Amino acid sequence: MRFDWDWEFTFEILPRLLAATVNTLIAAGLGYAIAVVLGLVFALAQRTPVRSLTFTVREVVEFIRSTPLVLQIFFVFYVGPQFGVRLSPWTAGMIAIGLHYSAYLSEVYRGGIEAVPKGQWEACRALNMSTRDTYLRIVIPQALPPSIAGMGNYLVGIFKDTPMLSVIGVAELLHTANAIGSENYRFLEPYTLVGIIFLAISLPAAGFVRLFEARVRRKLGL
Amino acid sequence: MDLSDYPLELPEGDRPMVRFMNVTKRYGTLTVLDRLDLDVAEGEMVTVIGPSGSGKTTVLRMLMTLETINGGVIYVDGKPLTHMEKGGKLVPANERYLRKARSSIGMCFQHFNLFPHMTALQNCMEGPVQVLGMSKSEARARSEELLEMVGMIDKKDQHPSRLSGGQQQRVAIARALAMRPKVMLFDEVTSALDPEVIGEVTNVIRQLVAEHNLTMLMVTHQMGFARDISDRICFFYQGKIEEEGPPEQLFETPQKERTQQFLSAVKDAG
Ligand SMILES: Nc1ncnc2c1ncn2[C@@H]1O[C@H](COP(=O)(O)OP(=O)(O)OP(=O)(O)O)[C@@H](O)[C@H]1O
Ligand SMILES: [Mg+2]
Repeated sequence: MRFDWDWEFTFEILPRLLAATVNTLIAAGLGYAIAVVLGLVFALAQRTPVRSLTFTVREVVEFIRSTPLVLQIFFVFYVGPQFGVRLSPWTAGMIAIGLHYSAYLSEVYRGGIEAVPKGQWEACRALNMSTRDTYLRIVIPQALPPSIAGMGNYLVGIFKDTPMLSVIGVAELLHTANAIGSENYRFLEPYTLVGIIFLAISLPAAGFVRLFEARVRRKLGL
Repeated sequence: MDLSDYPLELPEGDRPMVRFMNVTKRYGTLTVLDRLDLDVAEGEMVTVIGPSGSGKTTVLRMLMTLETINGGVIYVDGKPLTHMEKGGKLVPANERYLRKARSSIGMCFQHFNLFPHMTALQNCMEGPVQVLGMSKSEARARSEELLEMVGMIDKKDQHPSRLSGGQQQRVAIARALAMRPKVMLFDEVTSALDPEVIGEVTNVIRQLVAEHNLTMLMVTHQMGFARDISDRICFFYQGKIEEEGPPEQLFETPQKERTQQFLSAVKDAG
């Protein structure tokens, strides 16, 4: 065993890891974009008067939240082909991680929407606004600021969960570090660098979320 | 009474602006309105008074269609509000019908319920632009005129959080009026206000009564104000009208014992 740090090796592998960081960021960004939109669909579907839809979506959200992400990734990638759905690692990974986080984000939205006072809905009704306008113009703008903190947590969360995509061969950071390690029989430098890169992105991201929240509140005059 | 016993429309010559016909409202096993009959004529100002829990707010909320109805029919301007015609008889109204039917009614709430993310002016323009499909410039002109009327034009670009309760309530009145309702409902619009600003809101309502031909239904605990401006007072007791009449009569010579008790209790408290 050797514990000495090899600087030359470090600088040799850094470009490859930085290139993989771009993949990680793309994976997190795409997955999050899916989750942001699908989460809203899940949240709104649970508020329709159609009881069977509300119930089904509620159960699906519960199911997704109670099973491990890595299982969902395997499921989409390996079980899909049995039913004739053959997906690339990237596509399968984005579907799995996007779906997983949409379940969590739907709960964030739900909390935000429920926090909007009943009087706001009644004022909309008294002004004879449509359901669509009520949501888009009155409820969602007010549900947004209290949701931003939760949304930000899950943005950092999805970023930190992207290494799970390595199990199906998505060439993100961890996958690349593994490859470098087995090619060179040295794991200390690649794994340490991966850790540092994650830290260097996660920490400022949390700060940006807080700034963003304050900005949105100001903008909405709240 | 079966739904088929109610007229599809009120006959010419017997068309009050608002008619509650045999209206019942229940929450679970609690009957809040018990076969209520109440007419409000066009241009009339009717004030509902009564003890807490007697169903005053419920009457207004039923008329604003914020609550479902368990029995009877409400008519507005001769046409059913809570029900619609289907196959020659009345059935409970669907959402689409309600949207058309309630467009002639406006309401102001105890806690204002202004939209906090919009300025006073934007609050007033929201309905005309989004619901009535009015152009922005036209909606702005109408809203500014109304804000002027309620004395809030100077604050038109402020968000509600920057306004006092009395100011917020005046904006809320302007917002409701911007929809040009035929019937205005006021539910204890001064109850959440500091005593020194109550007058600025009641003065706006006085002005409405004096200068506009609006039909109004108001709930208030301010007996003096009710007496000054109402055409008629309805005293509610346990979901029914216990006694009604012109203000002088109801306040000076109440006939029913419960009315007398209520009025003397209010006088002692006030
Ligand atoms: N959503 C609801 N669910 C159950 N009960 C309700 C509901 N809303 C009102 N009630 C009950 O209905 C009754 C009448 O209520 P309402 O608000 O109409 O009274 P009110 O005359 O306006 O009283 P107050 O002077 O206190 O405002 C009360 O007993 C109240 O507890
Ligand atoms: Mg009340």
